[in-house]
Amino acid sequence: MIDNPVRNARVFVRRDMVPPEPSPLARHGIFGWLGARLFNGPLNILLTLLCAALIAAIAVPLIRFLLVDAVWDGASRVDCLAETLGRPVGACWPFIGAKFAQLVYGFYPAGEQWRVDLTFALGALLLVPLMIPRVPYKLLNAVMFFGVFPVVAFFVLVGGRFGLAHVETRSWGGLLVTLVVAGTGIAVSLPLGILLALGRRSQLAVVRALSVIFIEFWRGVPLITILFFATYMLPLFLPDTWTMDALLRVLVGTALFASAYMAEVVRGGLQAIPRGQQEAGEALGLGYWRIMGLIVLPQALRLVIPGIVNTFIGLFKDTTLVLIVAIFDFLGQMRAAFADPNWATPSTLFTGFAFAGIVYFVFCFAMSRYSVFVERRLNREG
Amino acid sequence: MATQPDLLMPAPRVAMVNDPRIRGAVYQVLLLALVVWLGVEAYLNAQANLQAQRIATGFDFLENTAGFGVNQSLIAYRESDTYGRVFIVGLLNTLLVAVLGIAIATVLGFAIGIARLSSNWLVARLAGAYVEIIRNQPLLFQILFWYLAVLGAMPAPRQSIAIGVQPLLQGMADGLAALQRFGLPGAPADLCRALADWAGPPQVFLNNRGLVMPELTVGPGGSLIAATALAGLIAFVVLRIWAKRRQAATGKPFPLLWSGLGLIVGLPLVIFVALGAPVTLTPPVLRGFNFASGVRVIPEFVALLIALSTYTAAFIAEIVRAGIQAVPRGQTEAAYSLGLPRRRVLRFVVLPQAMRLIVPPLTSQYLNLTKNSSLAVGIGYPDLFAVFAGTALNQTGQAIEILAMTMAVYLLLSLITSALMNWYNARMAIPGG
Repeated sequence: MIDNPVRNARVFVRRDMVPPEPSPLARHGIFGWLGARLFNGPLNILLTLLCAALIAAIAVPLIRFLLVDAVWDGASRVDCLAETLGRPVGACWPFIGAKFAQLVYGFYPAGEQWRVDLTFALGALLLVPLMIPRVPYKLLNAVMFFGVFPVVAFFVLVGGRFGLAHVETRSWGGLLVTLVVAGTGIAVSLPLGILLALGRRSQLAVVRALSVIFIEFWRGVPLITILFFATYMLPLFLPDTWTMDALLRVLVGTALFASAYMAEVVRGGLQAIPRGQQEAGEALGLGYWRIMGLIVLPQALRLVIPGIVNTFIGLFKDTTLVLIVAIFDFLGQMRAAFADPNWATPSTLFTGFAFAGIVYFVFCFAMSRYSVFVERRLNREG
Repeated sequence: MATQPDLLMPAPRVAMVNDPRIRGAVYQVLLLALVVWLGVEAYLNAQANLQAQRIATGFDFLENTAGFGVNQSLIAYRESDTYGRVFIVGLLNTLLVAVLGIAIATVLGFAIGIARLSSNWLVARLAGAYVEIIRNQPLLFQILFWYLAVLGAMPAPRQSIAIGVQPLLQGMADGLAALQRFGLPGAPADLCRALADWAGPPQVFLNNRGLVMPELTVGPGGSLIAATALAGLIAFVVLRIWAKRRQAATGKPFPLLWSGLGLIVGLPLVIFVALGAPVTLTPPVLRGFNFASGVRVIPEFVALLIALSTYTAAFIAEIVRAGIQAVPRGQTEAAYSLGLPRRRVLRFVVLPQAMRLIVPPLTSQYLNLTKNSSLAVGIGYPDLFAVFAGTALNQTGQAIEILAMTMAVYLLLSLITSALMNWYNARMAIPGG
């Protein structure tokens, strides 16, 4: 038994709360944070100062080049020369303005460029709802984006039918080619990658062996050898009555290459699905394709969306390689634009690289943020 | 019971069309027939096309004279040498840039990966920014940037940019001197200047023709030093095995680091000094419009090496960060509560567990770097792909043989890497896990 403290008069019991002391200045607020995260100990102070110096050494000239000293208006190289302006010259943005159409459309005829715009708009219109988890009709949307959209885009861009003038792929270029190569790679690699991944886990020995050989071969060689293979070797293996478009050859090469990588990503997802799921499907009397299509794949693919997006990012970056087989994608057009004597100034190269770098960064960073978003969402649900 | 199901229930009678085994066999035969048919068709087409275009077949061209120059070669090479030798030259150049790139990318990647976990907010953020910026831009873009924009904008040899300790100290001295206007005492600037003078004149220069370095000439006795270093290495390996066994048996640690340094570095150093330092560095000397002595590294190599190693380092940094973060905190805490000092906690508890996760993706990054070195063709560095699948293919037109050989090299490297990987995984696997 414990004595009742109230009856026992010699015991003091505090009835009201003690007001909390304010925490020491060095532990809270902006100074506390600075002290804990930047200036605790001599080594950290030194590191902080070194980093600050490094940031200043990079950021200050960069901002000066891109914004402060930049030239915003002009018609030719003369407007971007230090002699004309009488001050140090940073980025020469009129150069990008003058070359913008070339960077986006390549040499697509000016009167037909609305077709490219239309394709871009249609793609964006289908892609955005596909990426927002809350929007319904995902399956329909996915079929439209991966199945119907490429066909529509093909007819709109190539033309020759429905009253549209035929535009040769030789005159395509710029961001259009970058997105066409990446888009085709994405649209082909997803179904083909799924088939290869299923093949690799198949019970049938021949199917399994062929899938493994295919996947390991494409993954073992650099993309550039595959592009050379598609450009120089593929025509030799086809009957001489078949003439294959240069862009089409590259598309075949990149699509197969991306499929091999996609197959490995999908395989990771398939391995994560417990065997019981398949066995339950078998017990219900479903066939192989129904088990995969209705039970295993919907779960597996959801798990590997981040990996799929990462493969897309890699594919998007790899599209730059087509410039080595003389197809002028965005980077290739930029490189061609450097050679224009009308815009030859000391800052042209840096301006072009800055612009191309920002464009690539925006695309890839957006995709990687999206994959992080999906990953978080999956973790929350799982 | 499950072993003899036919005793309990007769095997269900199904039509042959519905028997999964028969269906499977039929599918496989059909698939195999399709693949064989495609192969035969491709072979026949190739034969017809090659005959029509009058392209020679077979590997005889490897004996023919190449007739073109290569601007960097590790072995003696002349224009009159054969395509076979071009292949070797290219292969060595690929391996050179790959090995150096892997070494730099590993050091840089580990440093940045650990920096991302730093308690210093600015260091962690800076490392994070590096990873995001580098990872989200295409490698070919970065190679072209370094080659065209950075190295292309370098001054002519007469205005070369000096690189090294002395120019760095000189720059710091100038910076500190500029700060004297704001009341900084003159002592730090003077100290930096004195240190710069003590470091001597700069030896390494960067200009639009590449990187110029002092030439190393090894006099007589060089082979003796190398032999000593090799002997020291072998002795160290033997010592390490013995020390590990002893520690496993008795728990007594052995100062491996110091003995290793002594055997591999110290011993050759003693011989080196005893022989009277038989190594001479010939510094680059500017004569006329160019450097007369010293070794010149072509700018294509410098650009490719910088781009490959910084790009791969960003990926390695992420792998290292993930690996270290995956080691549960309880492991570190348990080690501390056992009384292990901080360094041993890292070495014996955290790193071995982190390495198990780091090494497999790390090797695949090494392989990626090697494969990516083929982008050299974009700037004209004479690697295997550029000289063999580029120039030699253009000259001979034998696309099939040349591409097959090139692909075989990369495939072989992949297979060797994955074999090493499997061996490592088997060795590192948790027993019974």
